[in-house]
Amino acid sequence: MEGKKIVCRCNDVTAEEVEALIDSGITDIEEVKRLLRIGMGPCQGRTCIPIVISILARKTGRKPEEIPLPKAKVPIRPVRVEVLVGGGDG
Amino acid sequence: MGKIAIIGGGIIGVATAYELAKLGEDVILFEKNYFDSGSTFRCATGIRAQFTDEANIKLMKYSVERWERLEEELESDINFRQRGYLFLATSEEEVEAFKANIKLQNRFGVPTRLIEIEEAKEIVPILNTEPFLAGAWNPKDGKANPFKTLFAYLGKARELGVDAREHTEVVGLEREGDEIITVKFRSNRKVGSIKVDAVLNASNAWAPLINEMAGLSGDLVPITAYKHQLVKTEPLERGQVEPLVCPPGWNDAYIIQDGEDGGIICGAGIEHEAKSLDDVEPTYDFLRGVLRYAVRIAPPLRYAHVVRQWAGFYAKTPDKNPAIRKLLENFYISAGFSGHGFMMAPAVAKAMAGLMAKGSTRVLLDLEWYDPYRFERGELRSSAFQIG
Repeated sequence: MEGKKIVCRCNDVTAEEVEALIDSGITDIEEVKRLLRIGMGPCQGRTCIPIVISILARKTGRKPEEIPLPKAKVPIRPVRVEVLVGGGDG
Repeated sequence: MGKIAIIGGGIIGVATAYELAKLGEDVILFEKNYFDSGSTFRCATGIRAQFTDEANIKLMKYSVERWERLEEELESDINFRQRGYLFLATSEEEVEAFKANIKLQNRFGVPTRLIEIEEAKEIVPILNTEPFLAGAWNPKDGKANPFKTLFAYLGKARELGVDAREHTEVVGLEREGDEIITVKFRSNRKVGSIKVDAVLNASNAWAPLINEMAGLSGDLVPITAYKHQLVKTEPLERGQVEPLVCPPGWNDAYIIQDGEDGGIICGAGIEHEAKSLDDVEPTYDFLRGVLRYAVRIAPPLRYAHVVRQWAGFYAKTPDKNPAIRKLLENFYISAGFSGHGFMMAPAVAKAMAGLMAKGSTRVLLDLEWYDPYRFERGELRSSAFQIG
């Protein structure tokens, strides 16, 4: 990935990919999220979503605060399956 | 035939828009939220012909054939992979039921076969062999990426002239006699209207609301939204659970490795009637319940991490078969897919486009079986085989 600007470290998404998708006419952050899988990795978008919002704002002439955050999914941090299934009953 | 309006920007609406445009029709499509936002993008990605009745087996056999050619036709990556569906029997009675289903599937050309657990273990290396007696295995079943598939259809539909609008909500239908003549819609608080020659209700869980706008009873095609959830683990090495693996006897629990990042998607038939059509809130009982099944199917999963949990709707009819056909002279429905809309879309969209544009279709779709008026007549079909 040398020389590329990574915006999503969980799913290896580059700034170029985000810009290309927006240029193709997809400007709803929910759609950008699902097509590029930003915000869907273990970090839950903590790294990538603010960067994607700023790219989206710049390219569409909106203010960053006008762009709604995609809905976060539970659990907000990864949880080991073992913890959730309990001890002997798995 | 003039202007056709499609209501609903999920896979069924968008794929039908594409098929109609291919036949030269002038199509406008309305999605009240963003494309894919209803049930399509929340699905578990699976595609199977392993049903247990003639109508659904035939329809899905044809749909899988369409899926096989879709990437080439839409000139876009949709990540369709035929990695199979593996059903696992937990009792002798179930093995006998599998045999009967396999015989029926084979009769219509679906190559399912009964396999021993040793072979199942070769297909799914982390499978727990101890609780299972045999498997029903169809290597032609598979999975695809719902987002990529919808946008591949959408891109082609737009190339062919479809006017597809998102964040545009249909707020009314004007009816004259047995025909819908105008669609009223709202976008950015502005209301507009358009004269139409035909309308397709492809809004799945929301379909009864659209039927009411057409002056029909909301119960004519009874569709109830049930909340179905999924849990997904962190990305794992490929090849662990490539097929969808499901012991139906364990509350239809299943696991399948996501074709994109290798995370394991876990589902189960732990369902809740949705409190409203906005109720997609995940629940803790599901999270714990589904994982208890998942670790019994594949014990090493207990060391993986859960990354996401989400919910979507199974828009269920009373017999879990969709309603596909005319409701009025020029008002059609393709809804109530009961969890099977994504897998059925390539076939159903083509059939519906033929019905709307030409009044007939060569697609192997049993029009009587899916007749939307069957509920009013009290003629329920045998229940479509549903998992998760």
